[in-house]
Amino acid sequence: MAKPGLDGHDRGAKIIARALRDGGFEVIYTGLHQTPEMIAEAAIQEDVDAIGLSILSGAHMTLFPEVMRLLKEKGVEDVSLFGGGIIPDEDSAKLKSQGVKEIFTPGASTEDIVKWVRENVQPRQ
Amino acid sequence: MTTKKEWLEKTYKNGKERPVRFTTLSDMPIEPLYDSSDVKPNDDGIGYPGQFPYTRGVYESMYRGRLWTMRQFAGFGLAEETNARFKFLLSQGQDGLSTAFDMPTLMGYDADHERSIGEVGREGVSVSSAHDMARLFDEIPIGKVSTSMTVNCSASVLLAAYLVIAERQGVPWSQVSGTIQNDMLKEFIAQKEWICPPAPSLRIVTDMVEFCAKQAPRFHPVSISGYHIREAGATAVQELAFTIADGLCYVQDAVDRGMHVDDFAPRLSFFWDLHSDFLEEIAKLRAGRRMWARLMKDRFGAKNPKSMMLRTHAQTAGVSLTAQQPMNNVVRVAIQALAGVLGGVQSLHTNSMDETLALPTENAVMVALRTQQIIAEETGVVNTIDPLGGSYAIEALTDKMEAEAMEYIRKIDEMGGMLKAIDRGYPQLEIAEAAFNYQRQLEQGVKTVVGVNKYSVPEEIPIETLKINHELEERQIQRVRKMKRERNSVAVKEALKRVAEACRSGENLMGPICDAVRKDATVGEISDIYRAEFGVYRDPGWV
Repeated sequence: MAKPGLDGHDRGAKIIARALRDGGFEVIYTGLHQTPEMIAEAAIQEDVDAIGLSILSGAHMTLFPEVMRLLKEKGVEDVSLFGGGIIPDEDSAKLKSQGVKEIFTPGASTEDIVKWVRENVQPRQ
Repeated sequence: MTTKKEWLEKTYKNGKERPVRFTTLSDMPIEPLYDSSDVKPNDDGIGYPGQFPYTRGVYESMYRGRLWTMRQFAGFGLAEETNARFKFLLSQGQDGLSTAFDMPTLMGYDADHERSIGEVGREGVSVSSAHDMARLFDEIPIGKVSTSMTVNCSASVLLAAYLVIAERQGVPWSQVSGTIQNDMLKEFIAQKEWICPPAPSLRIVTDMVEFCAKQAPRFHPVSISGYHIREAGATAVQELAFTIADGLCYVQDAVDRGMHVDDFAPRLSFFWDLHSDFLEEIAKLRAGRRMWARLMKDRFGAKNPKSMMLRTHAQTAGVSLTAQQPMNNVVRVAIQALAGVLGGVQSLHTNSMDETLALPTENAVMVALRTQQIIAEETGVVNTIDPLGGSYAIEALTDKMEAEAMEYIRKIDEMGGMLKAIDRGYPQLEIAEAAFNYQRQLEQGVKTVVGVNKYSVPEEIPIETLKINHELEERQIQRVRKMKRERNSVAVKEALKRVAEACRSGENLMGPICDAVRKDATVGEISDIYRAEFGVYRDPGWV
């Protein structure tokens, strides 16, 4: 669970991290103010199966693609990328067409998110 | 004559009770009824407005003398866009300005920094130098309107820029009125905007308190904030306690430095959240005033009544707004704003209905402003002071919240004060726990949000939202680069060196910073000095 960019709103990311842990997943919470480079590196170091990005600052159309680009560059594009925050529907559609697996917006429950991860994220080979 | 106990056992028991939990939003149990037996007599009684301990209001005549300041938080894009929004809001009857800066500005990065990519002008206005500040206040007389600036770790630079522009408008600093948020303790607890660690951050805050006390005595150098603490998930009692504990820490730091409490405390101001539980919020505001007055008198020996008055801005709770059925937010905001007025705030921002989706459109912010004006002009609640004073429920809740908040404050005292409490993650973890608890309650249906977990609709009707033009970022980057090329870089370098020296020597930073800003040193450059001299704080990531 990562907080890219300068956005400091971490209430949601922390709740989701905890809910996923309660749901039996191993979760690494990166903390705030991560660059896309730091996130991609952490994902490789920790050998994760998925990355959740939380972005409420409006910078999602820059940060999601940059994370995706770096994952591809580092040869780990099979990591499932999903996320949420303040992301308008039209941007959400664009991001999904670019390869983001799912975007959760205000009102999504932790139950939905845990269920989605369980059903859609496979452990990487 | 019936007593409450008899009434509960003999009469209420025969009535029905719905199968729900009767608690406040913060899980404080609420009784079926309050009566005189619930109001604890105390030495001060309920008191009178304008008299210690100010439970009923800080000023003698409150809204009969002067309405609260209607001060809508605004900022987006470049300085020109925000300048236009400022002028629009003033033309619609707002009487004070409140500035929202973008994330790069707030975090101490210039628009042309690598870390700023994608973030320029998105959450607020981009200000990298005094030039941007000049554009922001173009044709706005700083001497005649008070401005609040919501900025924290880079506050020193933004205050300097504002004062430099005031100077250029011919306004003496002694006449500049406004507020700069500059509350670093709550950043580590809740809002999470920082450059350097807590101790040097506190030093910078105290430098600004000291500087303003001497040079800009009408300016509020800190806005001790509960808003962000609450928005991060704290309960109302935690908001009350942690905010006041932060305030005590600032007062202590200034006193430790040798300042006399009455020399600076009159210009400390506060900033509360106004959440949805009507009774709880009114009680919170009243409890806060009483607590601060008593603590300032008892702990710090304040003699000037102004040192004991908790004067506050307030904002309706952003976190209560829904993306679903956004028109409902107009109703939420109206009720929250009313709680603020009945709670006696000095300044108020009302959220716009579309703020879960984007920054407010002109139409949406106008409705938000009209909400305040309707309360002021049409409801009659301003005709008498503290109209709910003496209400059994309100007085009982005020007492209860004060007592519970003081428990937290005692705990923090035992830890050695707020700075130590922050180092061990105490408020951060309390907040994370409260936030998780609330989310769980929401998902279990124990708490209801209309339109979200009850009364939702299968298809939402989309509304118009504000879009920030991507090109603005590039324009600002070019502007900043051009300014850096054209200024006297030797003079800037010298001025920045002086700032670094002041960081080391302990000399008040504001003098050298004002000088550097006059010479066109930027937000990012001065923040970089802080990074180099004080170190960079990394999020401990408490979950």
